Amino acid sequence: MSEPWEDDELEGPVRKFMYVNRKAPYGTIYALESLEVVLIAAAFEQDVTLAFLDDGVYQIVKGQDTEEIGVKNFSPIYRALEGYDVEKLFVEKESLESRGLTADDLVVPVEVISREQMADLMEEQEVILSF
Amino acid sequence: MKLSILVNEGPYQHQAADTAIQFTKAALEKGHEIMRVFFYHDGVNNGTRFGVPPQDDRNITEQWTALAKEHDLDLVVCIAAAQRRGILDENEAKRQGKDGDNIAEGFRISGLGQLIEAGIQSDRLVVFGD
Repeated sequence: MSEPWEDDELEGPVRKFMYVNRKAPYGTIYALESLEVVLIAAAFEQDVTLAFLDDGVYQIVKGQDTEEIGVKNFSPIYRALEGYDVEKLFVEKESLESRGLTADDLVVPVEVISREQMADLMEEQEVILSF
Repeated sequence: MKLSILVNEGPYQHQAADTAIQFTKAALEKGHEIMRVFFYHDGVNNGTRFGVPPQDDRNITEQWTALAKEHDLDLVVCIAAAQRRGILDENEAKRQGKDGDNIAEGFRISGLGQLIEAGIQSDRLVVFGD
């Protein structure tokens, strides 16, 4: 079965998409299904930014071991995003600090920005998907 | 204004499902165009016709179906999220070897590309969820 986006030439300009990740990677499915959107969306060659804040910063923490909870550890997929030209990853400083984390604890290179800078970055976007 | 709607929560469990339909109604009444309503995460559960809420309660799926009929709305259920949660149309049921389908009238199952396309082509994408 062919997918709808394979049939038609997509019309429209390149837009600034931001995916806001606010929830822990396990416990709910939001993080995993958000990542699935990002991967599919990469085919549309839009201007993509990922933001991690609140418990969302745990999605990209190193050393995740999910064996005991019987759920797939999908954190390695974030390292593959570069191959999809998804390279703008921003993490909110306050969210990291309040959880005792630094950029060195993360599986991917990110830019750490303040809450205020994050607000400015959101202001620049055209489409914001918050998960 | 051309709007698209993203519904990320299931019916009855979460206010987002009700708010999304109320917002959609209000936008249509104000003369806005709704390009698409996309259902993701547990939001796909809005699209099952097998829900039987108590008689003195609202039926959210039937509300969507009626609204879609009246305004020719495009109600799209994400295929990946739907497969996980057992929301199937006739084709998918056949393809997956399941013994029945449960998609409600007015809804169709398609890919996440439909959400991204809505984001690109609408003036605003309005997200309802947690």
